[in-house]
Amino acid sequence: MNALNTFLILLAAFLVVFLQSAANGILGTQIDLLPALMIYATLTAGTATVAALALCGGLWFDSLSGNPLGLSVLPLLAIGYLVSLRRDLLLREQVFAQCVLGLAASFAAPAMSLMLMLSAGMKPLLGWGTLWQLIVMALVGCAATPMLFYLFGRLSSTFGYREETSPSFRPDREIRRGRN
Amino acid sequence: MLAIVAVTAFVLLNLPANTVARLRLAISSQFLPLFGLANVSRDVAGSTAELALSKRELIRQNELLRRENAQLKLIGIQANELAQENTRLSQLVGWQSKQPWRMKLARVVLRDPANWWRTVQIDLGSQHGIKPNMPVLTMEGLIGRVSAVGTYRSQVVLIGDPNCRVSALVENETRDQGVLGDASPLERDLVQLSYLSRTAVIKPGQRVVTSDLGGTFPHGIPIGTIVDSRQVEYGLSTEARVKLLAQLGSLEEVWVLIQ
Repeated sequence: MNALNTFLILLAAFLVVFLQSAANGILGTQIDLLPALMIYATLTAGTATVAALALCGGLWFDSLSGNPLGLSVLPLLAIGYLVSLRRDLLLREQVFAQCVLGLAASFAAPAMSLMLMLSAGMKPLLGWGTLWQLIVMALVGCAATPMLFYLFGRLSSTFGYREETSPSFRPDREIRRGRN
Repeated sequence: MLAIVAVTAFVLLNLPANTVARLRLAISSQFLPLFGLANVSRDVAGSTAELALSKRELIRQNELLRRENAQLKLIGIQANELAQENTRLSQLVGWQSKQPWRMKLARVVLRDPANWWRTVQIDLGSQHGIKPNMPVLTMEGLIGRVSAVGTYRSQVVLIGDPNCRVSALVENETRDQGVLGDASPLERDLVQLSYLSRTAVIKPGQRVVTSDLGGTFPHGIPIGTIVDSRQVEYGLSTEARVKLLAQLGSLEEVWVLIQ
């Protein structure tokens, strides 16, 4: 089940990077669903999956963009690490919690990428429009995170093993007929 | 585990440029099957749309194309005459004759997923004769240059990206020259034309074309028109905003100039 979940998460990351590059964007903004996917991975899978998603997702993203190769790995990893610190306290089943985490991660990941580039002396396109783009990305991430939880929940229940359920039959409540 | 990934990322960020370029191409080549799939689905969508067209509409379009073709033939004959005359005069004066542009049609397959760069991927690579720094344009005007070349696809850095500087000339009386720089993050089709002389006579509507300073872009490729201008750096130079002729937000097919 864990291997299947990891495989599905990495496959989704691969498709997400391709589709967000092939699409024209929303309201003048190229959306990024990798932070939302990272939230799902951190709350449902182990450290290995989080590491694999940060590495593969970041490298796939950077290979299609003008970013230095490896730059997007670090923000994704930071998000995964920070969320995993409080993983046990987060109400992962609640849609509200998923939305808030998706919103925060989708805002923080591009902001961290920009800060890393600026601190490395690079000059990406920046302006007041960047703030608008960050807000749109955060809102899209906010909406996408519960959808990802729902989608992966359906996929896991379709392809994974069913949960063991206790039968209604209880030996101690059995009506014994006849004499002992 | 997380620490190993972080160290890997730092190592990747500090690799030499050549190695990074190779790695980038190797990683992005994993998307090649999806490029093919996207092209096929686009072709199928196109052919389905054509099937849905009525016969009357097809006849009307055919008639329009026939007329346009006749007009273009006339223009072609005139252009041929002018070219021959130009060649004769150039020979008389002793100027070196210009070679006609050779171009290759490419399809835009992907856009930059990051909002702070302006790049696209096209479906031509080194196997098709593409080399770095080749100019890329549409029927409307210049859009950028090839920045990285793979075997089957290339990355094009668009005008407005911080890594694409274009030496440009304003078609006015004083033939002012400047450098096209960054665009704003949201307005893709407006770029800054900087380093114009402080005495430059810049007016809205004037055409901006490439000047061949810098050697990357040949002279005379249309870029856009002036929107407005202002004095900057305490009046030492002039800066103008240029509206690009090409629509960078909706690129589908582009021409690579193989000089």
